[in-house]
Amino acid sequence: MIKIEKLHKSYPIGKDSLHVLKGIDLHIKEGEFVSIMGSSGSGKSTLLNIVGLLDVHDEGNYFLNGQLIKDMNEKKAALLRNKFLGFIFQSFNLISYKTALENVALPLYYKGISRKERLKTALDYLEKVGLKEWAEHLPNELSGGQKQRVAIARALVTKPKVVLADEPTGALDSTTTDSVMDLLKDINDEGMTVFVITHEEEVAEQTKRVVRLKDGLIISDEITAVGKSKAV
Amino acid sequence: MKFLFDSDSWQEIYGSIRKNKIRTGITIIGVLWGIFLLVVLLGAARGMENGFNKIFGDFATNSVFVWTQSTDTPFKGFQEGRRFRLTMNDIDVLKSEYADEIKLLAPRNQRNNLVVKDFKSGDFKVSGDYPILDQIQKKPLIYGRFLNENDILSSAKVTVISEEMYKQLFDKGEFPIGQYLKINSISYKVIGVYKRSSTVDIDGDTAYIPFTTFRKVYNSSDKVDWMMITANEGTDIEQMEKDILLTLKGLHKVHPEDERAFGSVNLGKEIGKVTGFLTGLQFLTWFVGIATLIAGVFAIGNILLITVKERTKEIGIRRALGATPKSVRQQIILESVFLTTIAGMIGIIFGSLVLFLIDTAFGQGEDAALINPTVDIPVIIIAFGTLVFLGTLIGLIPAHMATVVKPIEALREE
Repeated sequence: MIKIEKLHKSYPIGKDSLHVLKGIDLHIKEGEFVSIMGSSGSGKSTLLNIVGLLDVHDEGNYFLNGQLIKDMNEKKAALLRNKFLGFIFQSFNLISYKTALENVALPLYYKGISRKERLKTALDYLEKVGLKEWAEHLPNELSGGQKQRVAIARALVTKPKVVLADEPTGALDSTTTDSVMDLLKDINDEGMTVFVITHEEEVAEQTKRVVRLKDGLIISDEITAVGKSKAV
Repeated sequence: MKFLFDSDSWQEIYGSIRKNKIRTGITIIGVLWGIFLLVVLLGAARGMENGFNKIFGDFATNSVFVWTQSTDTPFKGFQEGRRFRLTMNDIDVLKSEYADEIKLLAPRNQRNNLVVKDFKSGDFKVSGDYPILDQIQKKPLIYGRFLNENDILSSAKVTVISEEMYKQLFDKGEFPIGQYLKINSISYKVIGVYKRSSTVDIDGDTAYIPFTTFRKVYNSSDKVDWMMITANEGTDIEQMEKDILLTLKGLHKVHPEDERAFGSVNLGKEIGKVTGFLTGLQFLTWFVGIATLIAGVFAIGNILLITVKERTKEIGIRRALGATPKSVRQQIILESVFLTTIAGMIGIIFGSLVLFLIDTAFGQGEDAALINPTVDIPVIIIAFGTLVFLGTLIGLIPAHMATVVKPIEALREE
């Protein structure tokens, strides 16, 4: 699903440049549940942004769904994001003046689906995350856990191949963290590739594969206990 | 185009406007004020123009008046300061020589006289005229008729008096037609009463009598005090005026470069000055109006730029969810066009309302300063079209800014 070869990325900082990713090789197959661990500055967010086509890499190859990502213009990137990727952010990133339902329906709008169908599908997904009753509420009327579940519903509504989650539980307490992780597990069980970035061991433990990053390089890549038990 | 009729596009705009109500309101006022000024100023200018037209309305605007004064240059043995009079011969010569140019030529003789009706009397002007006077300066009649050819041919002792004279000389409710007045001890039958023009009126309260009658009664032989000439359509009136004066100078043995011998007024030229002023006024109106409009549109561009800056994160989210740069751009341009359109429409409505109020307050009655202050629909459409065009153009800047930001940078903003 995701294949990365010798990926390099650096950011210019004034006259110097900061070398963030120093040659990453990573292969994630369809249906995997992978977490990327690392302290801040390890390059994990940069990696996710490149995988999520929100940023472009400098060197190396990136294949998404077998397609080489190269010379992307914004339009192509937008279409691919809409088609293959679903995003979950640490700060939820819901649009404040839209209801939960409208937020969930937004990716479908950019897919060009009719309003009626859009809202129907969005409601189905809200039901899936257990927030059907909250459909008409604005984000500021929801708790953190509820917001993140709305965000997850939004990420799923286009039936993406890969769900990219950037510290999805970073702003949540332990109880809501568990409910969000359960939700991600359910998604994965349905066959979706889930790609989580975190710095919490408890979160990483619940995924099937943990890739640890340090200073822009992969230092370990192992199957977790959960992954092993599932494999068996 | 489908995008325009998509209820979602509008919902997005509604959402973003609702978020910044006050700022949007103030911005709208900028454009609203611009088009409002344009409409009101254009309307007022039109009202003034109509007012001027009304002032000259009773007159054929292509008229030239000619009279004699005294010479300022000795010529052919005559000393300077010689006084002389126009004659009927001049009239005949002019009529035949300028047959192509001259449409109407009215020779006139005038005196001031006591006009008596029974025991009432008043000092008024008495004017010997031809019926064509009515064509040069319209005399709206309240009673009876104006002078006609028969009156001229028979040198009839008939007169047409003004409404004021009628009120002064007759008892209230007395029917004037057929009654007799005494002017200079000679009885005249009243055949008409006219209403004086409320605007330009060179005669004042005058008793009009047939030219031929005047000649007999006042023994003016073939002398003529002055004349009114109107030109045919398409004649260069200024040239005609010069030519006529030159001919008259020849006829009266006046030096061709004598400036004082003949007095003349070219009504067309005088009106031209006023029209020039009006044109200037209209130009100024357009200038002020459009400048204000542009300022207003810039304000909208400015506000959208701020909005875009504020919404960077939101735009980033949308981009992450699959919004193409095109859809983001369209959204912002549509917002700009929408705001300018709304502002423009409100401005036009308010402007028309104010014009309506001006019309009610100053546009009615005899001495109205502004008559029928209106703006042509095509002018409005052009102004409106320009506005929408500028709105689109100015919207391109914030729209571009919105798409220049990379989604990753937009998302990073907290």
